[in-house]
Amino acid sequence: MGEQRLDEQTGQTTTGHSYDGIEELNTPLPRWWLWTFYLTIIWGVGYTIAYPAWPLISGATSGLLGYATRGEVAEDIAAHEASNAALVEQLVAADLTEVASGTDLHRYGIARGGAVFRAQCSQCHGSGAAGAIGYPNLLDNDWLWGGTVEEIAYTVQHGIRNETDFDAHYSQMPAFGEFWVRTEIEQVADYVLSLSTGTPIEDGADLYLDNCAACHGDNGEGMRDVGAPNLSDAIWLYGGDRDTVIESISNARFGVMPAWGQRLSEEDVRAVSLYVHALGGGE
Amino acid sequence: MSDSSPSLYAAREPIFPKRVKGPFRNLKWAIMVVTLGIYYLTPWIRWDRGPNLPDQAVLVDLAGRRFYFFWIEIWPHEFYFVAGLLIMAGLGLFLFTSALGRVWCGYSCPQTVWTDLFILVERWIEGDRNARVRLHNAPWSLNKARLRLTKWATWLIVAVLTGGAWVFYFADAPTLLQQLVTFSAPPVAYITIAILTATTFVFGGFMREQVCIYMCPWPRIQAAMMDDNTLTVAYRDWRGEPRGKKRQEGIGDCIDCNACVAVCPMGIDIRDGQQMACITCALCIDACDEVMDKVGRDRGLIDYLALSDEPREREGNKPRPIWQHILRPRTILYTAIWGLVGLAMTYALFIRPEIEMTVAAIRNPTFITLSDGSIRNTYELRIRNKHGEERQFSMNLTGDLTLSLEIEGSPYRSVPVAPDSMQKFRVYVTAPASSPAATADQTDMRFWIEDLGNGDRAHADTHFNGKG
Repeated sequence: MGEQRLDEQTGQTTTGHSYDGIEELNTPLPRWWLWTFYLTIIWGVGYTIAYPAWPLISGATSGLLGYATRGEVAEDIAAHEASNAALVEQLVAADLTEVASGTDLHRYGIARGGAVFRAQCSQCHGSGAAGAIGYPNLLDNDWLWGGTVEEIAYTVQHGIRNETDFDAHYSQMPAFGEFWVRTEIEQVADYVLSLSTGTPIEDGADLYLDNCAACHGDNGEGMRDVGAPNLSDAIWLYGGDRDTVIESISNARFGVMPAWGQRLSEEDVRAVSLYVHALGGGE
Repeated sequence: MSDSSPSLYAAREPIFPKRVKGPFRNLKWAIMVVTLGIYYLTPWIRWDRGPNLPDQAVLVDLAGRRFYFFWIEIWPHEFYFVAGLLIMAGLGLFLFTSALGRVWCGYSCPQTVWTDLFILVERWIEGDRNARVRLHNAPWSLNKARLRLTKWATWLIVAVLTGGAWVFYFADAPTLLQQLVTFSAPPVAYITIAILTATTFVFGGFMREQVCIYMCPWPRIQAAMMDDNTLTVAYRDWRGEPRGKKRQEGIGDCIDCNACVAVCPMGIDIRDGQQMACITCALCIDACDEVMDKVGRDRGLIDYLALSDEPREREGNKPRPIWQHILRPRTILYTAIWGLVGLAMTYALFIRPEIEMTVAAIRNPTFITLSDGSIRNTYELRIRNKHGEERQFSMNLTGDLTLSLEIEGSPYRSVPVAPDSMQKFRVYVTAPASSPAATADQTDMRFWIEDLGNGDRAHADTHFNGKG
């Protein structure tokens, strides 16, 4: 800090700051700016007292106002649910077949159901609902246990072949490998594959009619009461090549789906049913 | 720092601008009336848009994400119009600054206009310059307190009205006014009014020139827009100096009456030359011209001048005509760019469609097989209806005659779209088993929508995925 002195050239005083002989002229800052600066400091200190700020060993000071971003999220969620309470009530009370496309209730059901689907169903049925080998594609128009919105809701609620819900869909195909010799199995497989061409072959027809038609139908059209797949269409749950059909006949299949009624709320079951029904295959 | 040395901080020097009459003062009054009139009255202009849309001519509907300006309605995806307006505003500022210096600061900046208004109120209540100086220096008395309180109360009313007018741009004005007076308006309205009231009161009443000198960035960058030909308020020192009383010999025209200093709202002396604190409000020109008329000398001792004329004038020549200063490559370029942006925006405004469609192909999965072996693709169509009433849209596709179209949840090929909204539709396109589209890898196709109300059409191209 040097001496403050009058600079003759400019008529201004210097601040007394001198760096290697270079001096600084005093051009005073407005006093209010200084006050503003002090105010911001006071504000800053007050802010850290009012709001969560100072780090501690585990966590941080919580602030006098009790504000927390997590609490704000909880409030937002609560407010969101409160605003949808009326729709949820309607959804639980509604006859699902009567929920018309384009209504607010339908839109809400689809949106909510989509969220449920992505969280709970997509692990097996895929995020786009296209299914996988052994897990049905929900986009097409082929349904094992029925594709009306109520049938879908029943399947979601009770599931398939599980041991936890007494009302679950249940059926079991015999493993014909235990009864038949290899050539018989191959004959039936060839016959089954020929069903979807529209002109069934003759070999294997008797075996099919005696053993399979009871569930799968005389023409392979399937039977929804027992979840027996349609064998005459273009859709194969486990694959439509000869080896896979032989494997299915030999060992049978036993696809299981949990009873979601035990895990989801009723509105979620109904919402996800509306969602699946509106994916393109709904009946 | 010792007590005798000057402080590094300075208190504000109070300024008491004297009343002035003249053409520039009149121009400023006119601009004040027009700009404040526009500001306060615009939200109250009604504009009929039919039953489904607001009937406020200028409305920024933040919740509904619409901006209404008379017959124009801007959607969020058309924000480039706002961006374009901001670019035009910026270029306009460049243009005016390069031609006429800080005319924006001097005539139409809200800080200037409201400060002018606050000074007007101050003059009505406390009197003109001399009375105000006396009052300022007088010790506190009942009379001083009465005058000060009246002034502050009037300022506060102006400030509340200013903050109050702002919120009407964001909601239906009559409804909001009713809510405001019955204390049922949303809290954000009261908070906004409170903040704007505080800033208007403090900036217009107490901060005034401090805002221009210390807070505003514009004075710091304006020099980049100005050059020798920029017309700006200046003092003809070659004519005025040396200053002195009229009767003395060998002196200039300036009689050192300080009229120019007394009227200056920035508290500066223009005779010191161009300076950052000068907002070029031109009130000193009016003040000086009045004095020159009285003492019988030519007007224009203080005037709008271009720096490039100085040598000519010193030699006794006339300055070049104003148009030669204003018309120069720089201003012509600014005008051209400004005009181009304006033309492009006007063109865009007239060609923008009333209906729009976007198509998103759902590729999870890329296609599915139906039970009869046909192949189906799913698409998400977003149809935007900008009309004020519900419109029915028919959907169609071209590209491959074997493809058929179906809308989720509807047995029909047409759908209603609510007024002034965008709706999403799930659409299925199916190719029969073993048709070319079903077996090919990809087939080009085009979706069409037609507004059944007026026949307007829109289309979007996409692909159909087959098994190939």
